Amino acid sequence: MGTTASQLGKDMLSEYQELTFLTKQEILLAHKRFTELLTKDEKDLPNTRVQMERILTLPELKSNPFRKRICNVFSTSEYKDGGLTFEDFLDLLSAFSDSATLEIKSHYAFRIFDFDDDGTLDCGDLEKLVNCLTGETDDTRLTPEEMRQLINNILEESDIDKDGTVNLSEFQHVISRSPDFVSSFKIVL
Amino acid sequence: MARNVAFDLNHPLMEAGLESPIDEEGVHDSFSQLIAEQSQNGGASDSDAFELQELQRQLDEEERDNVAFLSGPGRELREFQGRRQRDAEWEDAETQADPLIGERWSSATMKILSSMPSRTIGRNRGAIISQYYNRTMQLRRRRQSRPAIRDFSRSARPSIRGYGIETDSADAEVSKRDRLVNNLQNLSVSDRIRMLRAMPLNVSEKSELRSLALQKEKRTLSRRIPCCSQLKYYIINGARQGWYSWLSFLHSLHLWQVPLKRVSGRFGSGVLSYFLFLKTLLFFNVFLFLLTGAFMVLPQALHRPDTSAGRLPFTGLELLTGAGYFSDTVMYYGYYCNYTLGKSCRDDGWVHDVSLSNGTMPDCVSKHLPYNMPLAYFFTIGVSSFLTCIILVYSMSKSFGQSFRIDKSHSILAIKTFCSWDFKVIKKSSVKLMSENICTQFKELLAEVSHKQVKNTRCQRLWRLMVHGLAWAICVASTTACVLAIYYCSDHMHQNLQLLLRSGVPVNNPLLNEAILLALPVLVSLINLLLPGLFNLAAWMEDYESPSVRTYVSIGRNLMLKVSVLGVLCYHWLGRVAADPETIGLKCWETFVGQELYRFLLMDLIFTILDTLFGEFLWRLFSEKVLKRRRKPVFDIARNVLELIYGQTLAWLGVLFTPVLPAVQILKLLLLFYIKMSSVMMNCQAPRKPYRVSQMTTVFITLLCFPSFLGASVCVTYTMWSITPSSSCGPFRELKTMFQAGKRWVEELEKDNPNLSVLARAHSYLVENPFFLFVGAGIFLIVIYFHSQVVDGQRKIIGLLQEQIENEGDDKKFLITRLQTIHEQKRTPARRLVSQNSNC
Repeated sequence: MGTTASQLGKDMLSEYQELTFLTKQEILLAHKRFTELLTKDEKDLPNTRVQMERILTLPELKSNPFRKRICNVFSTSEYKDGGLTFEDFLDLLSAFSDSATLEIKSHYAFRIFDFDDDGTLDCGDLEKLVNCLTGETDDTRLTPEEMRQLINNILEESDIDKDGTVNLSEFQHVISRSPDFVSSFKIVL
Repeated sequence: MARNVAFDLNHPLMEAGLESPIDEEGVHDSFSQLIAEQSQNGGASDSDAFELQELQRQLDEEERDNVAFLSGPGRELREFQGRRQRDAEWEDAETQADPLIGERWSSATMKILSSMPSRTIGRNRGAIISQYYNRTMQLRRRRQSRPAIRDFSRSARPSIRGYGIETDSADAEVSKRDRLVNNLQNLSVSDRIRMLRAMPLNVSEKSELRSLALQKEKRTLSRRIPCCSQLKYYIINGARQGWYSWLSFLHSLHLWQVPLKRVSGRFGSGVLSYFLFLKTLLFFNVFLFLLTGAFMVLPQALHRPDTSAGRLPFTGLELLTGAGYFSDTVMYYGYYCNYTLGKSCRDDGWVHDVSLSNGTMPDCVSKHLPYNMPLAYFFTIGVSSFLTCIILVYSMSKSFGQSFRIDKSHSILAIKTFCSWDFKVIKKSSVKLMSENICTQFKELLAEVSHKQVKNTRCQRLWRLMVHGLAWAICVASTTACVLAIYYCSDHMHQNLQLLLRSGVPVNNPLLNEAILLALPVLVSLINLLLPGLFNLAAWMEDYESPSVRTYVSIGRNLMLKVSVLGVLCYHWLGRVAADPETIGLKCWETFVGQELYRFLLMDLIFTILDTLFGEFLWRLFSEKVLKRRRKPVFDIARNVLELIYGQTLAWLGVLFTPVLPAVQILKLLLLFYIKMSSVMMNCQAPRKPYRVSQMTTVFITLLCFPSFLGASVCVTYTMWSITPSSSCGPFRELKTMFQAGKRWVEELEKDNPNLSVLARAHSYLVENPFFLFVGAGIFLIVIYFHSQVVDGQRKIIGLLQEQIENEGDDKKFLITRLQTIHEQKRTPARRLVSQNSNC
């Protein structure tokens, strides 16, 4: 623990504490877990980006159906390959942490569910979302008829301005009515 | 552009909108700018509004039967939609929903649509920055206590001020950022941190913003401000550092992080809530024990009264019965003395400043730092239950605030889709199980939505009613039978003790006598163990459709049982034993009751362990090996939580008679945590039914507060106010009621210091006069009434706002259609055809 602390540096640590919802312990733990993902020579480089495949070996993300979306949303990589630096990783953990606000959680949830990154949840996004939730196997998939009905109902319920898509504020409106969201939108290292 | 604006204002929808309390200016501005943009781009600024309206109407009619979703890359679905296009039902649903759609949008319109503020905020960095610019601006305004210009402007959509359409150049974003930085440094430090934290940007950008803000601040600081302010700055910085380290220290105290994570990773939030509840109870007991330990147990333990009577030998059975060897120790009420302790081990606390004696042990008084034991006893119990009450009510209200929504509209499917995934679950098989659960729930809900109006026949309803009646009759009858059994059993034991005393036979086997005392706790625990099984059987017979109704019915029945059992027991202790303790040969009935509670608590633990062993472990082995079923038992959260609440009620009841009972409860909870944890991990499977965590947590906290804590405190208050304490033991001997300890102290205080007579008068008015109780209750009710009125008003405002949003959506549709027509006007038909093809 002591070595990781010295690696991070006190200033950085307090800055991260100020900018994220994480506590000191959580940041140190995140650093430890992140450096475990790095190879030997990568450890010496200051700001290494870890490939998405390696990030997804973390047990916390391994079996999550949204794992690729999560990486893509939090990645700052120019190549849009979902690779994460340590700061991106902290961002991820901060959004999924205990003390993050409902607003920030719902913002990132929206971006995770927005599969085509166009800023609204349209039918395609909703279909992919439902497929992620129900799993990809044939026996759990909804039939096309059920899917159509489901998407219609979702839009009818949440699309307040009736423009055929769910935008961020409409999404947040739905989320605010489900008190369980904050407790379920969490990833603990 | 000017003409467009004028047109906007004349539009009937806009006029309707003026009445509702949203900020029209923002709406109006945003759209006019959008149109201005378009007219600049398209060069159609000279088109006539009326002509446009005509065109739009035509377009509307054209489009009504040729609709599909406007969407980005959702290709698959679009194909699928195309397949269904001819389906009449499909079309009906579409026109009913009437979304802003049209396959015929040109690419320019699409571009504008996608750059609308409501759509960019979800992905665009500039939009986020400008949104937070607005927020910091509002915060600054509020801090400067100017009148709020807009009360409803905290929408997620950024206002048009300081906001350019996405296509704007990089330097526009830079200037926006500068302004944000400028705003940030004008905020106070804590506000700035909160703002920065809440921004959905990545850390590197946030740290850049922070360093910019700090840089400018430092420059201004060093330029104008003298060194004393700099000192202040450093102090604030240091304090912040200290606060952070304190927070992280608190966080490192978090108990059971790893096991809790394992449980949530496998079972999700439902089972986790049981363990969190257990943890909450643990904290309550630690708090209670800290108070009683510090102010009652420790001082008394350091000043042992001279008990010349020989101690009974330790036999081992005491651990179960709590009697014998333990009876004359700090564990129980009877051991505590009724005089002022000569010298206290603790010299802080306000109780100690009062030198006062009851005159029974005059040689104790002369020493310095006296400690008035009866007073300490009285006030520790009073203050600790008062503080517990405040914490409970606070957590209850917080929990209500989280789970109670005033918005009435129910969007079950949308909530299910957006919120049902539990990101904590990491075990592969559990993930699979969760997917299956969600799938079945979707199917059930869809079936429910499409066949809502399936009604049972009258015969079926009658049958159901009869089944429910029968189930309730069975439950009530069995509860009554159990309560009667407890009543007669306790009566029998009471008379047995009386007979034993009257016959005058010397006690030949004290061990046997003590063991007999265990009969009542065993009976009660057995009932607590077996009857819920019967209730479950009844619920199985009833076959409830909705799982929440099933849970509530089960909670109701279990609660009925536990409340009536505790009621009978309280009657037994306070009505029979305390009324005339001499008839059963008790010198100190409080100690006896304390021992009884200790026994109940311990038996509860033992039976819970047995239940875990037989109900969960052996049942799993049985069903795996004999029945060859692959299903494991499901952890019954509601029943287990109710058992915890029952145990906690016992602990709260007993703290007056057994000051160390919280410590016993702490040990019990610790043990229970590990046993339940390993049992759950080993024997149970993730629950199949959905479990509404926050709602249930609210229910449980409410139950903990309302029947449990309130009942216990009513009993304790009754004991203190109107039952005569034993005359030969305990801190309140020679007093008529325990409550008089406080009264006598006030009187003494008045005698010693006439200036404090106000206090005495206040005391006699406030505590002894029921009038103030009524006034307090009245104020409480009025506050509740006002709150409910406020909620009502908010509901109305929500309705209005929703209407407003729908109007705005209509406006948007109208404007976009117009935009499209303008665009199409200047196109040749041939190009139009091409663009249509490319859009499909």
